[in-house]
Order: sequence, then structure tokens, then C-alpha cells
Amino acid sequence: MSTVAFATITILTLAAALAVATLQKLMHAALSFAVMFLGISALFFLLGAEFVGLVQIFVYIGAVAVLIVFTILLTRHDTERVRGFNWSGVVVALAVFAGLIWAMESTKSLLIGPPQIQPLTVQRIGELLMTSYVWPLLCIGVLLTAALIGALILVLEEKRE
Amino acid sequence: MADSVDQIFFHAKQSLLSPLADRAPDWLIQVASSLVNIGALLGVFLSLFALMSVLERKILGRMQNRYGPNRVGPFGLFQPVADGIKMLIKEDIVPVRADKIVHFLAPILIAATAILSLGIIPYGRNMTPFVIDGGILFFFAVGSTTELAVFMAGWGSNNKFSMLGAMRAIAQMISYELPLIVTILPVVMIVSSLNPDKIVAAQSPYVFGFVPHWFVLTPWGFVAFLLFFVSGLVESNRTPFDVPEGESEIVAGHMTEYSGFKYATFFMAEYIGMFAVSGLAVTLFLGGWHSPSPFLEFIPSYVWFFAKLSILLFVYIWLRGTLPRTRVDHIMNFAWKFMLPMAFTCFIAAAVWHYAGRGLSGWLWSLAVIAVVYVTLSMLLETKKKFAPRTYRFAE
Amino acid sequence: MTLSIVLVVSAALFCIGLLAALSRRHAIFILIGIEMMLAAANINFIAFWRFAPQPAQPTGVMIAIFAIAIAAAEAAVGLAMVITVYRHFRTTNVDQLNQLKG
Repeated sequence: MSTVAFATITILTLAAALAVATLQKLMHAALSFAVMFLGISALFFLLGAEFVGLVQIFVYIGAVAVLIVFTILLTRHDTERVRGFNWSGVVVALAVFAGLIWAMESTKSLLIGPPQIQPLTVQRIGELLMTSYVWPLLCIGVLLTAALIGALILVLEEKRE
Repeated sequence: MADSVDQIFFHAKQSLLSPLADRAPDWLIQVASSLVNIGALLGVFLSLFALMSVLERKILGRMQNRYGPNRVGPFGLFQPVADGIKMLIKEDIVPVRADKIVHFLAPILIAATAILSLGIIPYGRNMTPFVIDGGILFFFAVGSTTELAVFMAGWGSNNKFSMLGAMRAIAQMISYELPLIVTILPVVMIVSSLNPDKIVAAQSPYVFGFVPHWFVLTPWGFVAFLLFFVSGLVESNRTPFDVPEGESEIVAGHMTEYSGFKYATFFMAEYIGMFAVSGLAVTLFLGGWHSPSPFLEFIPSYVWFFAKLSILLFVYIWLRGTLPRTRVDHIMNFAWKFMLPMAFTCFIAAAVWHYAGRGLSGWLWSLAVIAVVYVTLSMLLETKKKFAPRTYRFAE
Repeated sequence: MTLSIVLVVSAALFCIGLLAALSRRHAIFILIGIEMMLAAANINFIAFWRFAPQPAQPTGVMIAIFAIAIAAAEAAVGLAMVITVYRHFRTTNVDQLNQLKG
């Protein structure tokens, strides 16, 4: 059962990812981007990290995808399609993929199945965030505030006097 | 006896699935159980949607001193059937230069996210359709994908009014997502769990023997409930915050180019969003399916849940009949300058309540915190200066 | 579902993200490609946490959560920069953004 689910989710995610990389119309690519993240989130659910999957839907589809779509709207010409596809990119990507597969095949210890784990509850994540990971949490807070203020300042239009 | 009436749906589902229990593999039982849950959920909420669409018109009519629809069926209660037939036989018009795939998928996506968010609410004892450990986060994650679907509707129609309406709708929804989430943080913090079942269970004891331990009866819970309710109003685009679908301003906003059944789907998604937010408010603040006093516990749990839900839905309809539409910049100001600071104050007040002991002194201290911040905010926002003295002009 | 299969999937996603970032000329697409690469790396972290010998520390999950937050912040700032560049040069084609003096 989980193999069927895993195969379905993988095919959906990779198809959406290929659509993002090759579609000519910007909006369709941005919407396939959202579908791809839905697939990745489903993969996280399968792997047992439910909280990360939910945060992924929340942040990527609810925020980053909307940001991208708005930016596409705000930077539109009269012509929507930006023609131009660099075929050397395909060669590089295939080379990198071949290299990664070779690295994985030569490591024999990766052919293991999933062990039985206790589900990681949200309470445990909360405890860890407040005890062992409190410094990264505060740094992330500062980083997000800085990103927010920076993005606002960048796009603020100056009033012409 | 009372227990068996209470658990009637649970036992019905078990007896429905019992022929499969020994013979089928494990995953088939899970799939069948999920399908039964989904079927029951859809059946209940779609009929509630149909009932509410006619009840709303009748209640609004009574508030406006007229009868509502009363031609079709007894007291007009078969009106949804007539509406459904009308919507189904309308011609489906798609603009020529619209993006066909995006235009088609947008109402489906909005309805799908609205129905998905209904799945984690506990409707009665042992009656939660899907138990997820991070249930509340699931609700908000699914709700946040509504924005993308609204944008798809606005952009796919290839219409400037639709685009403007979609932008306004998204701005409104994103601004009010923050107060929506920050107001539930006190509840999550006090219960220390995101599981709706645990949150309902934390509201079960009785203080002094007969006062229920619902979170709405604490000062931080009351303010958080009010803020959550208002944010829910905005998220489902209901009057007084229905700028995205304001007929006198931008035709129908992002729904302009949709006709017939697709428009009905948008309508249904708005109502189901309303049900979901009200259901979550009942779960988080009003004690879920618990009864308000230990003497009334013989009434089944799902009856209590739907009674509380009906009261909240009546308040939604009441507000629609009473208040005019707010201006768009007033909506934004309200969200960022008032609701967000008050939501954070509730959070701090809940912490004060917890650390001052959860009794009377905690109650009074948290009330003091909220009152101080509220008065300071009112002075800082200078709400009195913006209103000129009221003058009346009559026709001569 | 073995660990190597999950890693192959995440490698494929990474390479498709690399493809999107390298072969497109629109600035926003390059940012989308970068987001895809970050997501593929997150899958790797979660996969290694899941298949680790028990009892395991939930370090992979925590790093994935922080990585999602950082990716969101970086997407916001990157898109703000794309908007600013568009306002100045009136184009988002990165081949035409070849002058340092504005």
C-alpha cells in the first residue's frame, strides 16, 4: 500500500517539476510549482514527518507561491512569454544527476528499509525548539524580521516631490 | 441509554464495516473507513449548506420586515432544490480569451480546500473524521491555499475587474490570516497540543461544580474568541467584509466571469468555509461537544455541537443583516493596527493567567493586562478624532 | 520504499531544479529553481532522519523546519529584488541585465 502511494506521489511530483522547468507560460509554471510542493508535502507525510509537511503546505503554497504569482503579475510586459531555453542547462543537469546516482550506487549501506519509529509529536518538536534549539529559533526570528523589513524597503516607491 | 444514543453513529459505522473486519487486508479497511467518514461529512454539510441558504434568506427577510422565499414547499424550505435546478440548467459561459484550465480549476480548488478543512473538527464523542496530531495546523494550512485559488479565479478570467477583485480578496485574506492564527495561540499554549480532541478534552471539567471550563469564559479566551470570530468573518468574505464580492463596486469581483454551476460552487465554498471556521471556534473556545452543565449531559454530544454551531451561524446572518460594508482601507487598518496587537495581548494574558494560578487571581490579572492594552490602543489610534460631529440634513 | 529510492527521487528533484535555474532566462524562474533545490535538500534531511538507526535524534526534522523558514525569507527578498530591477530596467530577461552602472 505504501509502495503504491509512494510511486503515485513521486510520479506526480516529478511531472509537476518537469512542467515547472519546461512550460512556456509563466502562470502555468507557477501553478505547477504549487502542485509540486503539494506532492513534496505528501512525501513528507509518507515519511512520517507530518508537522514538516503541514508547515511546507502553509509556507510554500500559501505564501511563496502567492508571492511568485504576484511578482509575475507586477513584472509583466505586453508579451507574456519570455522565449528562450538554454539547452546547455539540460546537459549540466543530466551530468549532475548521473554523478549523484553514481555516488548513491557506490554506497552499499543505503539499501535499508524503514525501521519502526515512534511518531514524532508536535509537542516533542515544541519542547526541542524551546530547549536545545532556542538559539536557532531566535536567530530565525531576527532573520525573518530583517527579510520582511528589507523586502518592504526594496519595493517601497519613493514619492517624487 | 444516553450513552448508546450518543455513540449511535460510531456503532453504526462499526457495524457497517464489520463484514470487512476479518476478511479484508488492513489497508482496505482503512480506505473503507475513510470513505464512510467522507461520505457522512459531505452528506451532512451539503444538506446543511442547502438548508442554510434558504434559512439565511428567510432570516434576512424577517430582519428587513418582509417574508423570505415562501413559495416552494412548506415555508419555502424546498427553495434550494429550485435553486439547484436553476444553477444546473444555466448555460456555462467561458470567456474566449480566458485561460481554460486555470478558469476551470479555480472553483474546484476553492471548494476542495473548504471541504478539506472540515475533516479535523470533533463533532461528538469519538466522532472526529480524521485524527491528525497537528490538526489545527492542518486547518490553517489548507485555508491558506484558498488565496492561491482565488488568484487563479481572478487571473484565469482575463478580466480587469476580476483581477482587481482577486487582488482585494487576497489582500484581505492574507491580512486577516495573522490575527486568525495568533488568536488561537493562547488556546494551543494552555492545552500544549495541536490535536483538536485534546483541546476539547481540556475543556471538560467543571469549576465550582457547575461552571464549565470553556475557554470563552476566561478574559483572554473571550477576547480571543471575539477576534477569531471577526477574522473568520473576513476570511469567508461575509458582510461587513464582503468587498471582494461587493455588487455595487466591482460587479462580482473574482467571480464575475463564472456562470451557472461554477458560481454555485463558489457560493458553496464560501458557506462551507463559514461552517469550518464556526466549527473550529466551537472546538477551541466554546467547549466542543461538551454540555454547559452537568445536569444536561444526557443530551447527545453531536446535538450540543450543532446547537452551538447554529448559534454562531445565526450571529453570522444577523451581522449580515445589520451592518453596512466596510471600506477596504478601513479593513486593513483594523487588521494591522488593532487586531494584531490585541491578539498578542491575549497571548500574554493567557500566560499571565497560567502563571498566576488558574484561579480567580489569574482571571483578574489577565483581565487587567487586556484592559490596559485596550485603553492604550484606543488612545494611540485616536479613534475619536476621525469622526466629525453628526449633523442631519433633511429635504426642504 | 528503501532509502536509496527516496534519495534518487530527491536527486531527480534537485536536478530538475538545477535545470530550471540554468536554462531559463526569466529572473523569476531562476528563483523558482532555487526553491526547488532547497525543497529537494529538505527531502534528503527527512529521509535520513526516517531511515536512521533507532533511537534517533530528530535533528533532521528540526533542520528541515529551519530550512523552510530560511527559504521563505530568501524567496521574499529575491522577489523584491526582481521587482526593483524590473522597475529600473523594464525587463526581467537576465541576459539583458549586464550593466553594473544603473
